[in-house]
Amino acid sequence: MKKVEAIIKPFKLEEVKDALGEIGVEGMTVSEVKGFGRQKGHTEIYRGSEYTVDFLPKIKLELVLPDSRVDAAVAAIIKSAKTGKIGDGKVFISPVDDAIRIRTEEKGDSAV
Amino acid sequence: MKKLLSLIAMAGALTAGTSFSSQAADAPKKPEPTLEQRIATVEAYINNTDPTAPLKAKIKTKDKDGKEVETEAVPEGLVTPTSATSGPGHNGFMMVCAALVLFMTLPGLFLFYGGLVRKKNILSVIAQCFGIAGLVTILWVVCGYSLIFADGTDMIAGVLGNLKFSMLSGVDSLPNTNYSYWVSHNVFSMFQMMFAIITPALILGAIAERMKFAAILAFVALWMFIVYFPLAHMVWGINGLMNGVWNANASIKAIDFAGGTVVHMSSGWSALVLCLILGKRLGFGKDPMQPHSMVMCSIGTGMLWVGWYGFNAGSAVAADGVAANAFTTTTIAAAVASFVWPVLEWIVRGKPSVLGFCSGAVAGLVVITPAAGFVTPGGALLIGILAGVVPFVACTSLKKMFGYDDALDTFGVHAVGGTLGALLTGMLARNGSNANLATNLKDKVTDSLFQPLVVEQLKAMALTIVLSVVGTVVIAYIVKAVIGLRPTEEVERMGLDVSEHGEEGYHGS
Repeated sequence: MKKVEAIIKPFKLEEVKDALGEIGVEGMTVSEVKGFGRQKGHTEIYRGSEYTVDFLPKIKLELVLPDSRVDAAVAAIIKSAKTGKIGDGKVFISPVDDAIRIRTEEKGDSAV
Repeated sequence: MKKLLSLIAMAGALTAGTSFSSQAADAPKKPEPTLEQRIATVEAYINNTDPTAPLKAKIKTKDKDGKEVETEAVPEGLVTPTSATSGPGHNGFMMVCAALVLFMTLPGLFLFYGGLVRKKNILSVIAQCFGIAGLVTILWVVCGYSLIFADGTDMIAGVLGNLKFSMLSGVDSLPNTNYSYWVSHNVFSMFQMMFAIITPALILGAIAERMKFAAILAFVALWMFIVYFPLAHMVWGINGLMNGVWNANASIKAIDFAGGTVVHMSSGWSALVLCLILGKRLGFGKDPMQPHSMVMCSIGTGMLWVGWYGFNAGSAVAADGVAANAFTTTTIAAAVASFVWPVLEWIVRGKPSVLGFCSGAVAGLVVITPAAGFVTPGGALLIGILAGVVPFVACTSLKKMFGYDDALDTFGVHAVGGTLGALLTGMLARNGSNANLATNLKDKVTDSLFQPLVVEQLKAMALTIVLSVVGTVVIAYIVKAVIGLRPTEEVERMGLDVSEHGEEGYHGS
């Protein structure tokens, strides 16, 4: 079982969600986050004053999947989130010890 | 049915007859106005002129030496049904205008300023605006109105009125003919009070996010007595020494339609001085201090623009042709400046900003304020262009050059704009726009750019700056010595909302 975390451009969320839906991913958690990588921030000017805004808004997508489906999911995310320009984001994959569905108390792969 | 009606009519005539005859028995018969006189007073209402003029006749009286002299006066007791009352149209217009001017402060100005501060200080701006509204109203009723607009002998000749109207006594629903033939005296007083509220509230922009609430109230109370009341009397009081339009004996024959000197220069120059004495916000130049809501700021700007029609058109104190011209010039200047400012940003920095549109609109409104009722639409267009350029340069370059922390640009917009407006009013006032210019200013307004009026305007500008700067220095140091100006560092870092008012503007879900 693995957790896939993807940081993507906010406007790509719908496309990524649809792409994951097509390969049968049934659930995900999404949060609005801020941060920076190589893209850096931008400058805002209010009358005479300039401010550098370092943290840009991004979307973080989290999904936990059985090992067998991870590659397909990552491929779908990369294909749908890519614009080819700086700031497209990153995907992180990490092992997950266990998962439990609260309603039924199912464990492991059948819980995710 | 017909019978019944005629019976009632007869009874009415009978009672009217008896009351008339009993009156005639007690008192000398009142003079009756002629039909022409009755029509003429109604015409005076339509034209916003003196309703008693058509009632005047040559009357023989004895002077103090016992010599018989002939004077023009209204015969005693001669009135028409409309000669001693307020005119509903002018009165209604002025009540709406007064409400519009209050709307500029609550909520216009507090949204405009409130959007520009950081989240943690939004409520402090709102509290300060409300606080000033209440405080100034108290001062106004007690003696403020009287010190500006009372007639009779001045306490300080030409500078400060007297206490005749203190507690607004005698300020009733009949017109005060020194200022208007048709608007109720109490409506006029309330209209003027809204100006007295917004003027000190404008100063808040320069000192935002870092002054104790108690210190602000103390400062404003003293500032009203030392700067506002005298300045307003000088410019608008019937005996005022700078009231060029109405006071034939004014020593400075300047003009100020709706408050270029009284409102914008006074608040703007005082704001600069106060922000210098107060010092910069903690972290100024290092910490991010972006506006927390440009949406709120834009809403406030729209409200200011709409409210400003009450401010400028209402300053005609009648729903007449002068008001119509002021309404027109106000629209032109505001729209043009709100366009020019962001276009300059576009050229200089590559992007037209929403704050640019807002700043331009307010700057245009500020600069047209003293000129609104005196200039032509063409003049207003020129004023709009300059209002988009000059305050823009002041806000973007001057502040950086000298490094003062005029947090929300009260100086850059109101002092620079007000000063520019006072000067341009001198250059662009035209007889064709306002017939009142011919009353006392025939030799000053010659319908050319460098007419003699310009010199009078320069004198008024100098006096306004000196009074505002000196007054503010004195008051600021008094308040600093007695209660202190700045909150503690901890309070300022935490934000004035929680620490001074015990509330937060925004809560999470």
